[in-house]
Amino acid sequence: MTDATSSHPVRRTSREAATSRALGAGARDVRTTGWLYVLPALAAYGLFVLWPIVKTFRYSLYQWDGVGPARWVGLDNYRSVFSDNELASSLVHAFELILFFTGISVTLGLLVATVMRRVATRRVGGVARAVLFLPQVVPLVAAGIAWSWMLASDGVVNQTLSAVGLGRFTRAWLGDFGFALPAVGVIGAWVLLGLCTVLLLAGMSKIDPALYEAAQIDGAGAIREFFAITLPNLRYEIGVCITVTMIAALSAFDIVFISTRGGPGEATMVPGLKIYQLAFFNREVGAASALAVVLMVLVLVCILPVQWLTRRDDS
Amino acid sequence: MLRRRDAGGRRTPAAPLAAGLLVFAAVAVLLAAALAAASAASDSSAAVKAKPNCGKKPVTMKGYFETGFPLPLKLTQEFTRQYPNVKWSIRQDQFAVITQNAPLVMSGPNAPDLMRLPQLSGLVKDHLLKNLDPYFKAFKWNRFPASQLVQLRMPSSGRPRGVGSLWAMGLNYSMTGVFYNKQLAAKVGMKAAPATLSQLDALLAKAKAAGVTPIVQFNGGETGGLLFPLQDLMGAYGSPTPINNWIFQKRGARIDTAANLRATQHLQRWIKAGYFNNDANATDYFQMMSKFQAGEGLLIFDGDWESGNFDTHQASRIGFFLMPPLKKGGRHAAMSAPLTFGIAAKAKHPGCAAFFLNWIATNPKARRINVIVGGSNPGGPPSLPIPKVKPGSTTSRTLAAGRVVAKQNGAMDFIANATGSIYAQSWTPAVQKLFAGQISPADVLKSVQADYVKQVSGGS
Repeated sequence: MTDATSSHPVRRTSREAATSRALGAGARDVRTTGWLYVLPALAAYGLFVLWPIVKTFRYSLYQWDGVGPARWVGLDNYRSVFSDNELASSLVHAFELILFFTGISVTLGLLVATVMRRVATRRVGGVARAVLFLPQVVPLVAAGIAWSWMLASDGVVNQTLSAVGLGRFTRAWLGDFGFALPAVGVIGAWVLLGLCTVLLLAGMSKIDPALYEAAQIDGAGAIREFFAITLPNLRYEIGVCITVTMIAALSAFDIVFISTRGGPGEATMVPGLKIYQLAFFNREVGAASALAVVLMVLVLVCILPVQWLTRRDDS
Repeated sequence: MLRRRDAGGRRTPAAPLAAGLLVFAAVAVLLAAALAAASAASDSSAAVKAKPNCGKKPVTMKGYFETGFPLPLKLTQEFTRQYPNVKWSIRQDQFAVITQNAPLVMSGPNAPDLMRLPQLSGLVKDHLLKNLDPYFKAFKWNRFPASQLVQLRMPSSGRPRGVGSLWAMGLNYSMTGVFYNKQLAAKVGMKAAPATLSQLDALLAKAKAAGVTPIVQFNGGETGGLLFPLQDLMGAYGSPTPINNWIFQKRGARIDTAANLRATQHLQRWIKAGYFNNDANATDYFQMMSKFQAGEGLLIFDGDWESGNFDTHQASRIGFFLMPPLKKGGRHAAMSAPLTFGIAAKAKHPGCAAFFLNWIATNPKARRINVIVGGSNPGGPPSLPIPKVKPGSTTSRTLAAGRVVAKQNGAMDFIANATGSIYAQSWTPAVQKLFAGQISPADVLKSVQADYVKQVSGGS
């Protein structure tokens, strides 16, 4: 027994060792093959994402006009991002845009998707989805130009206000210090509303209808249904919407560039536009790079909690 | 109880990181890719042969011009007609795009032979422009009035401007003033151009009282058009010399002077009186032109580059006068700047480009095209006549006004040209805030002066 019990483990160990060696070689082969498959994408990612990030971080430590000699300034460019009122206010504006890009798009998207799910027939629903999604198809530059015309002093927005007796509220919306940023926010919300609605509708289609039936049998109304069934089941889709719209707000460029160029004054200046101006007009490549790094960190800081809060708990 | 569990689409912890990285990378790729191409070009100011020309062999000249301005194209077409061996490969962009592209384009392997230039100092400092001193000597440009070329001179360090080597030439020499709608002028009782600033004030008040918008001006986006009346007012209240010193970055020069403060206060009075279109802060240049041409305002402050346009589309309906002086008989001052073109240090045919620049200023056909299409003074030696234009036309008025400014030594460069970023970054926000009543005249000048000091010391 003793021999048997003492020799058995030895035999098992040698067998396992042999198997392990065989498996080990196979696993290594599989791993190598896997790496070979991944290599092209990894090379592209390294070349077009990681390397520029490293280069930009390096630029951010220098004072450089992009052509002449560069001068090491350490973290000075980062200090100026937070101490320079203009740069700091551009970051504040980006956060204000989140209220419009994310707040309006997601809230309205939820409302519209819920209404469409409840009342729209299949044909009407399809048309409504297509219409709502159209702003996503329109190039942002075209959307920016069209909205600039609509928001001009003689544009359709003011014409409508005058027609309904609200002429005293008319103004050049994009040239007004108090209203320019909200006006830009509304343009962004218009563009993103369709995307959010379609995403949320897709999420709703996955909810088991039996849940709604059960709720109705239990006497739940539309509002109770929304909070008890729809909202909890759309947590992941809402997370995606919030993530996409927050990134759009924080990295906003095209809509602002087309509609206001950051003006009037600096009322609509956002980090994306400021980076562009610093790099290509002021030729302050170091400062532009530092702001870009700060923007990246801000995007991560904003998105990580959203992802954590809306993650699936089945992973 | 009612929570849904879905096995598909597992959350990937790297998703937010990747999203952030991609946003950053989009910016980073642009910066890195654009800037990696930039490398210092060598300064080239070597002596050239006696009188360069385009030779007899086929030559293809590379041009980089501004979109929307037909003058350079018309001139190249005429040049090819006269010198058939010379063909042109021309790229066109908006001025803002040229401004951002200039260092990269000029430092690259396909640097243009001839290029519309933004602010010069940075390009000179980075050795991207050809030094034109040898051509100045070869073509005897000393026959040109020195004042024509002074704005294009600077040491190789890039500052101060107004002294040192010649780095560019003007295709023509434009000038600004006040255009008015003759029909509306008659309606408000304007019998003659205002001879003093107070007469102009009275005209504006009359227009306002008659229900006519006195001034239509652009001031939206990143183009502060209120700078046109502001600098004209500066020229009325003070001498052009300290303004030019400031623009040329001469040591100790300041913009926040007492005379300039009075000028800015005067502009503020116009704003408060409601003399400007109330949507000026949302109006761009092209909207201003369209409103003015549609008869939506009595005056615009603009430059003679529009004279040809007015003669073509609104013949005899638009008049022009210079900003009147403070007192009757005083000096007229006006912004006057060359339409700046230069030769890249890496250009393959610099001699031919210089020959072309000389041809524009001296060839009768080129000078005629310059005046008819460009509407501005073609410059060149004063012994050459200015081509005749239709009497009574807007172009004839602006050319005559140009002679007055030259005679009274009232030419100023544009205060927006003091540094590469002073216009978009400093002047424009300041005058937009002034228009909105958010900043005082003193603070306009103080903020711009502070930015100027920073930009000059930082090299932008």
